[in-house]
Amino acid sequence: MSNDTVGKTLLVAFSVCLVCAVVVSTAAVALKPLQDANIERDRQQNILAAAGLLDEAMTVEEQFSSVQVRAVDLSTGQFTDDIDPASYDHLKAAKNSDLSSSFAELNTSDIAKIGRRENYAVVYLVEDARGQLDKVILPIRGYGLWSTMQGFLALEEDLNTVAGIGFFSDGETPGLGGEINNPDWKAQWINKEAFNNGALVLEVIKGASAPDAASTIDGLSGATLTTKGVDNLIKFWLGENGFRPFLNNLEAGEA
Amino acid sequence: MFKAVKEALLDPIFNNNPIALQILGICSALAVTSSLSVTVVMCIALTLVTAFSNFFISVIRHQIPNSIRIIVQMTIIASLVIVVDQCLKAYAYDISKSLSVFVGLIITNCIVMGRAEAFAMKNPPVVSFIDGIGNGLGYSVMLLALAFVRELFGSGSLFGFDVMPAWYVPNGLLLLPPSAFFLIGLFIWALRSWKTDQVEAPDFKICANSEASEAH
Repeated sequence: MSNDTVGKTLLVAFSVCLVCAVVVSTAAVALKPLQDANIERDRQQNILAAAGLLDEAMTVEEQFSSVQVRAVDLSTGQFTDDIDPASYDHLKAAKNSDLSSSFAELNTSDIAKIGRRENYAVVYLVEDARGQLDKVILPIRGYGLWSTMQGFLALEEDLNTVAGIGFFSDGETPGLGGEINNPDWKAQWINKEAFNNGALVLEVIKGASAPDAASTIDGLSGATLTTKGVDNLIKFWLGENGFRPFLNNLEAGEA
Repeated sequence: MFKAVKEALLDPIFNNNPIALQILGICSALAVTSSLSVTVVMCIALTLVTAFSNFFISVIRHQIPNSIRIIVQMTIIASLVIVVDQCLKAYAYDISKSLSVFVGLIITNCIVMGRAEAFAMKNPPVVSFIDGIGNGLGYSVMLLALAFVRELFGSGSLFGFDVMPAWYVPNGLLLLPPSAFFLIGLFIWALRSWKTDQVEAPDFKICANSEASEAH
């Protein structure tokens, strides 16, 4: 039979597709557990890195064992057992109208441009050796210039001093907005005051802030919209519709 | 037989280098050569994909209808690349993150496709497999040379270990993709000075000035 008949063409196309599909799906299914473990380890590593706790000498699992993972109801600011923090996906929840609130319902404007806000969030509590609260790590996200930037903000035990910030996913312009991942820029955040007399004062300003500024962060030059996006997401997530009620409760010991 | 195998394996390294002579696969040569450890993984991935795609295409070369041969080659190449990508995600997650899309882009790497079409369609499986390894080595030699220079002078390290003395100030230009262009140019220059038969004949010759005359 000649190779160029219609029947032979279809037969070869079909068999090649079948064999390749089996090979690809076998590889994908067989390796899935290992890949998931890697993604989870990477996520834990991002959380620890945001809080400045990452220690290269220890495995991520060991370090993460001192971290308590808790679910928080964002509207009441209380810990909750309504959801399972291990399997909760806040991005999926934000798309589900049963698990999230629109900004009309929250009666506020969507400054971080996240579309909908989930009703529950997963926070990470780091305890020191005596079992006292040492750091709180909060998930944050917001729209910059091109993309939703996702990251973590860590606060010290006074729930006011910033312990660190980190973005694990963004699509900002490399070299300009992408500098949100620059260690020198992130280092500015450490020890800044988030609140002053109950008002949110942490902000990212355009240009350089005074060298001894207590709560302003230098904007990134050439990345005005990314800078604005980071400022907005801080304002949102540390605001009344973000983690503010939770932080107040935690400070009063009522969370 | 032995001579053909040796030629298929060693020729692409200097005599017929896919990057330096055929000028293929430049894209990834610019993108993944800023650190050696990433480059090594990319080279292994590309060599394996080229070798196995050549092998499988050669096995079924008598069955492939001419009208759909390119898409059949693409299907086999794409499947192999996905398998490699999945393995990297499972066993070398950090490196797969820094390679990001470039593993997937092996599919469109001209070297893989070029060898499948030019060699594997006409030669038996074992020689095709060796030819794939050879071309992968040719690509690897170039990439490793680039990565060596770029990481050594760009970051002052090799495989992530600091090797330069403390007074050395890293040259950031070498970490940017354009520096790979300059280095590939220098590499091609050196190679063609050594192996002069690789110099291409000029497309046209510039004539000497015509006779000078007064303006009319």
